[in-house]
Amino acid sequence: MNSKKQNKIAIGALYGIAGLVVLILLALLGYILASGLPQLSWHFLTAPAKAFLKGGGVGVQLFNSFYLLILAMAISFPIALGAAIYLYEYARDNWVTTTIRTAIEILSSLPSVVVGLFGFLFFVVKLRLGFSILSGAFALTFFNLPLLTRSIEDSLRTIDLEQREGGLALGLSRWETITRVILPATVPSILTGVILSAGRVFGEAAALIYTAGQSAPALNFADWNPFNISSPLNPMRPAETLAVHIWKINSEGIMPDAKAISSGSSAVLIIAILLFNFAARYVGKRLYKRLTSA
Amino acid sequence: MKTKTTQQLEQQLTRHSKAAKLEIWGRTISLTALLLIVAVVVAIIGFVASKGIATFTSNHVNLWDFLTGKSWNPNITDANGKPEVGALPMIVGSFLITILSAIVATPFAIGTAVFMNEISPNRGAKILQPVTELLVGIPSVVYGFIGLSVVVPTTRAIFGGSGFGILSGTCVLFVMILPTVTSMSADALKSVPRYYREASLALGATQWQTIYKVVLRAATPGLMTAVVFGMARAFGEALAVQMVIGNAALMPNSLVSPSSTLTSVLTTGIGNTVMGSLQNNALWSLALVLLLMSLVFNLIIRLIGRKGRLQ
Repeated sequence: MNSKKQNKIAIGALYGIAGLVVLILLALLGYILASGLPQLSWHFLTAPAKAFLKGGGVGVQLFNSFYLLILAMAISFPIALGAAIYLYEYARDNWVTTTIRTAIEILSSLPSVVVGLFGFLFFVVKLRLGFSILSGAFALTFFNLPLLTRSIEDSLRTIDLEQREGGLALGLSRWETITRVILPATVPSILTGVILSAGRVFGEAAALIYTAGQSAPALNFADWNPFNISSPLNPMRPAETLAVHIWKINSEGIMPDAKAISSGSSAVLIIAILLFNFAARYVGKRLYKRLTSA
Repeated sequence: MKTKTTQQLEQQLTRHSKAAKLEIWGRTISLTALLLIVAVVVAIIGFVASKGIATFTSNHVNLWDFLTGKSWNPNITDANGKPEVGALPMIVGSFLITILSAIVATPFAIGTAVFMNEISPNRGAKILQPVTELLVGIPSVVYGFIGLSVVVPTTRAIFGGSGFGILSGTCVLFVMILPTVTSMSADALKSVPRYYREASLALGATQWQTIYKVVLRAATPGLMTAVVFGMARAFGEALAVQMVIGNAALMPNSLVSPSSTLTSVLTTGIGNTVMGSLQNNALWSLALVLLLMSLVFNLIIRLIGRKGRLQ
């Protein structure tokens, strides 16, 4: 076989592989949407779940997912921002920095179930927070911190050294240079990173089953006092999220329409993540245009 | 003897300015944030390790028996009065499922990455890249649910039995790690300088020869990192696997018999045991094994990175 023929065969095989992969991936997306979209209705998205009967919804779970997401982001963003600033702007290139970077890498590679178990041990049991939104938010924070820190650090890296030199040459301190010059320039890319990591946090379940719990008590959406037990805002109540809900009804199997509910919930998750992805692209571009008037 | 004015002047001159104070403040705050993350890492490793060691220190289980014992029944004691905590079925399950899914996923992932980068960059950027990026973000429970409603019935129809088992788990993990490994492989190929390809083509090599003998060779460390990363993800994946593997803590005697992995036993067991009991401690030991393995994967990635740089 000469090399030309070989070339043709190999390239043809690569076309085949790529085509197959696209087919698998599109079939996956298509299946989720095709089986899930018919389940979606206003009732499904807002009604509370029913344990033994047909016709429940995922209203409480959907709310819990967003509430946990916002809390986790509110805790992890400032920490990740600070850490990224120190790592990129202040830290010297020595063994301490290398060790710290390794630690962050280790945190990002830990299986999320281990992070969840630690959250269970520390927040639920040791600090007696119980299965609560707060425990869940902390577990999600740990899960999210390394990813967010890295993405913010990458954003800082995209800013030219001249910007920093310019700031310092104007007599600003390093901190002022960072907060007045560097950070405003990185807002679009930081925001993109935040939205993308929000997508990952939104779908996370393994870190939550033993921290935020697997039950979703009925909520009274007229009561917005965070100290009342049935208030949606109460951070001490157990809160099953949408992703945990899918897992739970499938492994328990006592719900008569578990399959329909899971299809619907999967579609909601996928659509939410699609929206996060598009939002990340759109907002990033839009903000960049506005801020740089380019 | 200093007069009062010179003293004042000295104070004024040596005092931190407002900007300097702000600088110290900002630096401290950001350093605190960084140290907080490090503390979290240390705490996680410390807590899980101290809990995981308890099986061996306070319950006096032999480490070797734990790692090689084939029966997992923490509630029952065997003939010698020792509890049956053999973790081998789960360890084998975890490794088997990880290695199999990596073996299946690697050719597809690297093939697709080559296609995206070398053969049809246009279509790659327009179709493949957005699709893989999107799929990286799909939650693992969704993969598990699809495994449960599509893969398991299919396996059942073809091989009989319940359909739960290593094979179904491998299929789910294959699709799950495929996007991750593909996009990381594509990054590795992208970092091969353009003139490598030009030089090879100029020597008269065909496109396939260039890909096979130059581009793939040059990108090997990056490709290996991508595969190990995918394996680490597969090893640590809990819920998707737990949903399709059947959760029977038995030595897997075939690919289609129900078995279990470290993560699946952990997710189903932790909630049903009492803190501090042997049953619970044994589960924490499994978590420790999981943690150590993720450190090993991390180490491998590091070693590959270092070796790749030396060349």
